[in-house]
Parts: sequence; structure tokens; C-alpha cells
Amino acid sequence: MRNWGSWARLLPGDWLVILAGIVVVAFAYATLWSSSPAGKVRIHSGDRIFATFSLNQDRIVEVPGPIGISRITIHHHQARFESSPCSNQYCVHQGWLSKAGQVAVCLPNRVSVELLGDKGYDSLNY
Amino acid sequence: MTPLIIKTTQRDHEVARLAAFAIVLHLAEAVMPTPLPGVKPGIANVITLYVLHRYDFVTAAWVSLLRVFAVSLLFGNFLTPTFVLSLSGAIASLLALSLAMHLPKRWFGPVSHSIFAAFAHIAGQLIIVRLWLIPSAGLAYLVPVFATFALLFGTLNGLIAAKLLAAESTGETQ
Repeated sequence: MRNWGSWARLLPGDWLVILAGIVVVAFAYATLWSSSPAGKVRIHSGDRIFATFSLNQDRIVEVPGPIGISRITIHHHQARFESSPCSNQYCVHQGWLSKAGQVAVCLPNRVSVELLGDKGYDSLNY
Repeated sequence: MTPLIIKTTQRDHEVARLAAFAIVLHLAEAVMPTPLPGVKPGIANVITLYVLHRYDFVTAAWVSLLRVFAVSLLFGNFLTPTFVLSLSGAIASLLALSLAMHLPKRWFGPVSHSIFAAFAHIAGQLIIVRLWLIPSAGLAYLVPVFATFALLFGTLNGLIAAKLLAAESTGETQ
């Protein structure tokens, strides 16, 4: 029962791993919790881009897919699946999307809605 | 009709004894309230780490998987999503440990192994959740939270395992 006061010493590699872990966690917060407001919404159907709309204009988009038509609503700078012909309705229950990077997918109907940031670059040339 | 006799070796008894320790720790943890659903310290993994250092990888895998099966039977969630998540986490952890254990021992101790295992655990579970249970990209928002706790509890469990191993080796030499 001796030296319970002194914790098992950490080896140099352990400190390295802890540090790397902190970097990974910080990176995860930085990339996945970026809350920049979205400016545009891009709708995919199958493997193609169906359309890209600005979030500034309210509209209802009807996107045809293999099992029917998914209705996507754009309203007050937000977008959501209003209805979809899938059985599980995950896409509809996901609700309103408002931040850049958010995605709602209806896998059965192969339709996805993705919010894009305002300042995103389409391409960069040097 | 002759009675069926299963012959057990000394090693079987050893594995069972170690798995029993892990099961008790797992059960004790299960009755503790958690700040977030899905976030648990995974204190039973201390036993896995301990076995990995004192015995070998195969014994550690036995102890870890036996615990997952036994606990699921005790809680009655065998073959439910809870069990599948528990198993996928355990398998991912073991895969990470099987790689991490080959890191040079002079530089990397149980804390490193524990952190790798913790991250692998949550990664394995999240992959199953994403592919099977909640196929939604919204899950990505939970990743940083889970990663934070993986680092925190991975470090803590590693420290406890390191302390346990150190205390035992000093006890043996004196």
C-alpha cells in the first residue's frame, strides 16, 4: 500500500497521444459545430444535382425520385423535407435545416438536401 | 447415458475470474446516473487493459467479449441494438488495442492504449448507428461530444490501469 500518492508516471508517448487526442477533439468541434449561417440549398436526386436555390426566397420544390415525389420547403432562410414517400420518414423528422453543412437525406427516394455557406468557394485557381 | 463433463484448464478459470471482475465493474457503472445518455466511463475496460499487459491479447479479447455477452444476458438485451452497439464498440476497441500494443513500450503505456481504444470504441459504435440505427447526417453533431468524453474517460481508465499495474509490480518485488 505504498506510493498511492504518486500516480503512475505518464510516458512521453502518452503525453503525445493525449495531445493528439485534444487536437482531434478540437478539430471535431471546429468542423462539425461550425454554425455559420447558410445561404444556399442544394438538392441532389440520385447521383445528380437536382437544383441549387437561394434560401432568401421562399418556395416549395417537388423532387422526383425512384419511389415518388419528395416535397422540400424553403422558408425563412431554412429548408426541410415537408413530405417524402419513404416509409421511415427520417428525412421529414429531421425538421428544419438552417446552418451551413447540415444535410437531410431521404435514402429510399435517393433525395438529399444540403445547406451551403454563403462564402464557400466553388473553385480556387493559382 | 454418460454425463457431459467439460474439462476446464487453469487458464479458463483465470479468464473467468478476470471476466467476472469486468462484469461487476460494468454492472456497478450501469446503476450510476450519467450526465448524457450514451456517455459512460467504461470503467470495465480497465480490466481489459490490465489483462492485455499482464497476460496477452487473446486473453484480453476473451475477457472483453465474455463481459459483453454476459452483461447483455444479465440485462436481458442480448441481440438487441444495445447489445450490438456494445459488441461493436468492444470489437473496435480490441482492433485498436491489437495495433496499439505494438507501439514501443518505452514510450507508450496503458494510457496511450486506453485512449486509442476509447476513440475506436466510439467510432465503431457511431459507424453502426449511422449505418443501421439512425441513418442521418445529423449524427455528426454528436461526434465532438462523444470524442470529448472518449478522450476524458480513455485517459482516466488508462491512468487507473497504469496505477493498478504499477502498484502490483511494486507489491510483487517487495
